[in-house]
Amino acid sequence: MIELALRHRIGDLELDMDIRSHARTLALFGNSGAGKTSALNAVAGLLIPQSGRVVLDGEILLDTARGICVPVSRRRIGYVFQDGRLFPHLSVRRNLLYGAGADDADGRREFAAIVELLELGALLERRPLTLSGGERQRVAVGRALLSRPRALLLDEPLTGLHAEARQQVLDYLRTLKRELQVFTVLVTHHADEVAALADEVVRISAGQVVRQVPIGEFIARRAAFGRPQAS
Amino acid sequence: MNALAPDEWQALALSLRVGLLAVVLALPLALALAWLLSRKRFPGRLLLESVLFLPLILPPVVTGYVLLALFGRNGPIGQLLGSVGIVVAFRWTGAVIAAAVMGFPLLVLSVRAAFDNVDRRLEAAAQTLGADAWRRFVSITLPLSARGIVAGCVLAFARAFGEFGATISFVSNIPGETRTLPIAIYELLNVPGGMPGVQRLALVSLFVALAASACATLIAGGAPWRKRGDD
Repeated sequence: MIELALRHRIGDLELDMDIRSHARTLALFGNSGAGKTSALNAVAGLLIPQSGRVVLDGEILLDTARGICVPVSRRRIGYVFQDGRLFPHLSVRRNLLYGAGADDADGRREFAAIVELLELGALLERRPLTLSGGERQRVAVGRALLSRPRALLLDEPLTGLHAEARQQVLDYLRTLKRELQVFTVLVTHHADEVAALADEVVRISAGQVVRQVPIGEFIARRAAFGRPQAS
Repeated sequence: MNALAPDEWQALALSLRVGLLAVVLALPLALALAWLLSRKRFPGRLLLESVLFLPLILPPVVTGYVLLALFGRNGPIGQLLGSVGIVVAFRWTGAVIAAAVMGFPLLVLSVRAAFDNVDRRLEAAAQTLGADAWRRFVSITLPLSARGIVAGCVLAFARAFGEFGATISFVSNIPGETRTLPIAIYELLNVPGGMPGVQRLALVSLFVALAASACATLIAGGAPWRKRGDD
């Protein structure tokens, strides 16, 4: 369960959002520049709003009114950035293990499971800059998952990928959703990604929540829900 | 040209030792200060930067005089060191301090530029993976700026190796103790028949300077994890 209240000004954009959701995968859907990534950053702690409140599964991560702000490094949020942000000087294996827990039997089993699930075995000793865009995003997803997050944030994870890689990563994300029980927030401006992955959809425009609907309603009334422009 | 005379070897060895130790002495403080200037905004920053660059602007003789006033037997730091049995004025250890002070601004400038070039978004990614400030610095910032740091060390060494004015003001010209290569050259210039020695030592200086410059250029050339054309 997530509760996100956000009041913040970034340049000309006035963010004013209130979102509460019990969905396992929540999509923030809207145009580029609508404030979706800022909302994710607020959940991760990379953006501290002028006022706001972030609660995940009952734990308060931020409450500006009460002066509570859990540091980013202690929030246990797996963030998959749009550009992957893999560490260029580390191999895929070391990228995956960067946020991983203890090197015990459980940790090794978890590592092996994620590597198998995302089919990363052949990439482990390679450097990020030798990977394709799709491979990089898979590693970024694996790295985020291995940090044992309480929530997974996916910021336009398929943007910039060519059609084949996009479909491939989308399939992996579907598998993850099926196999793992991780609360996920997906940011996208592609309706097909929302339809494929989300359980609930929040349409955001110009920093405001326009509407929030279950995925069934979104699919049935996609045209009425509003169609963001491609970026 | 004849091989170096024993006292010339002594001056060369002392200069090499002083140059290396000056870098070792200056590096930890340079790393800390460069990180502070690269990553933080704080009151007094302009003043700190102005003080930092003083050794580059002041006549070296004046820097040497200031060091003597601070580290001499009657200086505040000199008295403090003297109380634990450490004397640096007119000792080779004083030459190390003088060389470290003169090379310090160059080192900070290089390291700061290297820190500035590290993609801050990678540090944010590390933060979301649970890395605290120290781990981010050690595992992301330092390795990604290693080449700039090493290049800065080479430049600072070269500056320290050639240091003359501050050294002769602070620790004078004592054969076997504080007579570095530049001081030996200066002395040979002032004695009849000293020209062959000047030529030998000048050639050695030229060789060391060229080697340092080539090292700095090679090291700063590019990171091994970058693909060709990636810049």
